[in-house]
Amino acid sequence: MLLTEEKIKKLGKTANLIRQSIIEMLVEAKSGHTAGPLGMTDIFTLFYFHILKHNPKDPFWEERDRLVLSNGHICPVLYATMAHSGYFPIEELKTLRKLGTRLQGHPHREYLPFIENSSGPLGEGLSQAIGMALADRMDEKDGSTSLTTSRFIYCFMSDGELDEGNSWEAIMLAGKHKLNNLIAVIDRNNIQIDGYTEHIMPLEPLADKWRAFNWHVIEVGGHDFKTLNKAVEEAQEIFEKPTVIIAHTIPGKGVSFMERDYKWHGKPPTKEEGELALKELRNA
Amino acid sequence: MLNPKLKLNPSLFSENVEQIPIRKGFGQGLLLAGEADKNVVALCADLTESTQMNLFAEKFPKRFIEMGVAEQNLVTVSSGMAAMGKIPFCSSYAMFSPGRNWEQIRTTIAYNDKPVKIVGSHAGISVGADGGTHQALEDIALMRVIPNMDVISPCDAIEAKKATLALAKTGKPAYLRLAREKTPIITTEETPFEFGKAQIFWVPDAGLAQVGIIVTGSLTYRAMLAAKELEAKGTCPGQQGGIKTKVMNLSSIVPIDVEAIVALAKESKAIVTIEEHQVRGGMGSAVAEVLAQNYPVPIEFIGVQNSFGQSGTPDELIKHYKMDIPDIVFAVEKVLKRKI
Repeated sequence: MLLTEEKIKKLGKTANLIRQSIIEMLVEAKSGHTAGPLGMTDIFTLFYFHILKHNPKDPFWEERDRLVLSNGHICPVLYATMAHSGYFPIEELKTLRKLGTRLQGHPHREYLPFIENSSGPLGEGLSQAIGMALADRMDEKDGSTSLTTSRFIYCFMSDGELDEGNSWEAIMLAGKHKLNNLIAVIDRNNIQIDGYTEHIMPLEPLADKWRAFNWHVIEVGGHDFKTLNKAVEEAQEIFEKPTVIIAHTIPGKGVSFMERDYKWHGKPPTKEEGELALKELRNA
Repeated sequence: MLNPKLKLNPSLFSENVEQIPIRKGFGQGLLLAGEADKNVVALCADLTESTQMNLFAEKFPKRFIEMGVAEQNLVTVSSGMAAMGKIPFCSSYAMFSPGRNWEQIRTTIAYNDKPVKIVGSHAGISVGADGGTHQALEDIALMRVIPNMDVISPCDAIEAKKATLALAKTGKPAYLRLAREKTPIITTEETPFEFGKAQIFWVPDAGLAQVGIIVTGSLTYRAMLAAKELEAKGTCPGQQGGIKTKVMNLSSIVPIDVEAIVALAKESKAIVTIEEHQVRGGMGSAVAEVLAQNYPVPIEFIGVQNSFGQSGTPDELIKHYKMDIPDIVFAVEKVLKRKI
């Protein structure tokens, strides 16, 4: 879909506001993950404000694209983006992780029904997205070989969760079924709880691994709307394969003292750190 | 005698009683469910014929997904299909699904509230020669502790067929437990089946039951033979009067029929539970939970007592692990003595 310079500017402003919301909700919650949500903010913004076929006023619209979040721990960015796109009041973000909240520490459909899946335990989202893509394939009219698609199934996943065997079972199956209605986006931020991914459990050569499982692979920077949008367009055009977009993101993006530091993977900013971060974001 | 209200198999006690593996009833039921509702789909982890999904796969090839030996993917992909309105039945051996993929089932099916039906075939010790690695003796316990999960363990192939058809319509997650071996046919097509209800298969010729026997799955036939033997004992010279029992088929472990279980305990004041499963955490434990809270009576538990299985013929194993007819008779006599 055409992305004008004007729209790009607007997306940048929206992403900045979403980052501020992420900091505010994490300070308030006093627990949660910081680096991943900030790193994925540009991608979430691009999808919810440009790419996804969805309607926040009619969240259960049958024809909507499906977005499965596999690594549920980055849900602050999901919640903040959904609030900013109109699914629920921005004010509600402050209830994150509190008793009775719709915004559970890891996403739960029973509490927040207009997300596609509950998640948290890693390595399971891609399988669910594949199930959705397979179901759409089955519903195509008998005898149809066109493999045309009216909607896409997207799966956002992390690099760390590729340690899970379940991930590779899924990757193998999607290749077998040539699911061109499925697009996975990996948050390649190189960190996980215990350290850098290449120290914990090396994933490289990551692109070659996916290619070997019969996927189309696109590697792209995770913060430039124009190139990200182009990557999604390419993924949508690929005919006989599922596509994975390996998006190289900067964990903690937008807050200089958090960027690239794996220590920010699993902890929230204190009140003081939050104020510093918000100051930087407001002046950006 | 057989409960005359339930139209059970009149040839049940004949030597030539018809025997069919319980899993076959599932295969037939799945085919019928698929014919009735185009949203029914099937997924299998490289055991299509063993789990009797082949009937469905041949009739509806486009609605069948061969997953390969990947049980974690089996249930998670099923969850995704259910999210799009499908009613997935996914099968493997019980030891691997739900044995291997419990957390995936908990998160993506039960917690996520997706109406996936997990079908665990080859459950219990009667898997036989394959040995302990393949004999699922913990699956009832694993599944019944998960909120939002129904657990069904049919007594014969006909009940398995009816249960499969019923599960296709519940709109909820469920676990269906199936046995591998040929099992005598106890019910008939005319036997009523109501989801979540227990049924009394054996009743005394006259008077009240002195012991209530509660059984699930493939051991139901042995429980019926034991009940018959217990009632007839009085006719043997030198023995006192026979023991009157009722045999309850508890195929629905979740939801559990509290009313029926309490009624049986109130009548008999003593219970024996029978299952091809670890005693700890299984159907008997579920019955004990119900009775401890509502109407405590002495209970004897028949099942595997805190050990793994091994190779052998099904009959040898059931005898070895003390789940055979003499063991049931012994447990009934024992619980009778414990009555307060």
